[in-house]
Amino acid sequence: MQLWEVFLRPRNGMHHQHVGSLHAVDAEMALENARDVFTRRGEAASIWVVPSAAIVASDPSDKEELFEPAMDKIYRHPTFYEVPDGVANL
Amino acid sequence: MDAEARFDARVAAEDKVEPTDWMPESYRKTLVRQISQHAHSEIIGMQPEGSWITRAPSLRRKAILLAKVQDEAGHGLYLYAAAETLGTSREQMVDQLLAGTAKYSSIFNYPTPSWADMGAIGWLVDGAAIMNQVPLCRCSFGPYARAMKRICREESFHQRQGFDILVTLCNGTAEQKAMAQDALDRWWWPSLMMFGPNDDASPNSAQSMRWRIKRFSNDDLRQRFVDVTVPQAQFLGLRIPDDDLGYDEATGHWRFGEIDWDEFMNVVKGNGPCNAQRMAHRRRAFDDGAWVLDAAEAHAAKRAARVAA
Repeated sequence: MQLWEVFLRPRNGMHHQHVGSLHAVDAEMALENARDVFTRRGEAASIWVVPSAAIVASDPSDKEELFEPAMDKIYRHPTFYEVPDGVANL
Repeated sequence: MDAEARFDARVAAEDKVEPTDWMPESYRKTLVRQISQHAHSEIIGMQPEGSWITRAPSLRRKAILLAKVQDEAGHGLYLYAAAETLGTSREQMVDQLLAGTAKYSSIFNYPTPSWADMGAIGWLVDGAAIMNQVPLCRCSFGPYARAMKRICREESFHQRQGFDILVTLCNGTAEQKAMAQDALDRWWWPSLMMFGPNDDASPNSAQSMRWRIKRFSNDDLRQRFVDVTVPQAQFLGLRIPDDDLGYDEATGHWRFGEIDWDEFMNVVKGNGPCNAQRMAHRRRAFDDGAWVLDAAEAHAAKRAARVAA
């Protein structure tokens, strides 16, 4: 059996979100199992199942080179800028 | 600073650990043991109640009990999946359960001879489980904490439906009330044992607390459980089977008697009233269901071959 990752969209207009994983022999069984395991109380308007092996993940040891360059670019945030007193709607 | 010291500092600062992060081997082992035992408990825990599904006193009670047992199967699956992220396979864990080398909660080795036991299990056993599980939602290991959040959200219905059964019995005939009292008499002490040995006899607790796996000591959680449960028993008009039970004005806590730890150890070792029955049933269910797995694999292989052709 294959490992599958399950994503639910709670309501239309929202993103699908990862909720967990399960075992299934094929996509159809993965969808059925996801329904039974993760949506017994109306948690979803839509389910995605993805073979875990198909997910490409960033390496945790690359965390610094991947994400650190963004940390010192505080000028990308609106709060970096001082709005002069008396200026509105900016 | 070495890796282990960095890890300790991280969890002490309440940072969460994810499966691909470095972790001490002993942290990994502790979690695999705890999460898989927890998963096994959910799976074995379906048996004491499962036997009452066909005998529930009304269609409403039957639908509720079925939903509860279904939840337990689901909880087992969330937990197995969380343990698998630590590098142990589902097959390995199931094999250990079937071989009898893995433990599950001893509470499920007690029998359920009466319908009132469905009430007592929901009220006391699930109540004690919730007391243990709510702090686990803040566990340092991300996948376990996430599974526990989902479980706790579903579990509170379990406790309420149990209490609801007992309210009905306690408002019924004298015989029905006696059934409720009998169930409380049998489940009270085993429920207190669910919190584990006293703090001074629980050598691994301190490390689990440092790792932010455990948040409160066994005795603290047990006391909290007694404090919230005594008034509920009073509401039902039932007597808790403990002559030493009494309210301590000075501390604001309920004092309770000594737990029979010999009984606890005896059940843990496999000599409880239903240990053999629970294991035999689990093995039979696994063997009898094996063809379903085989058929699903064969069907998937056939369909894949057809698509490829």
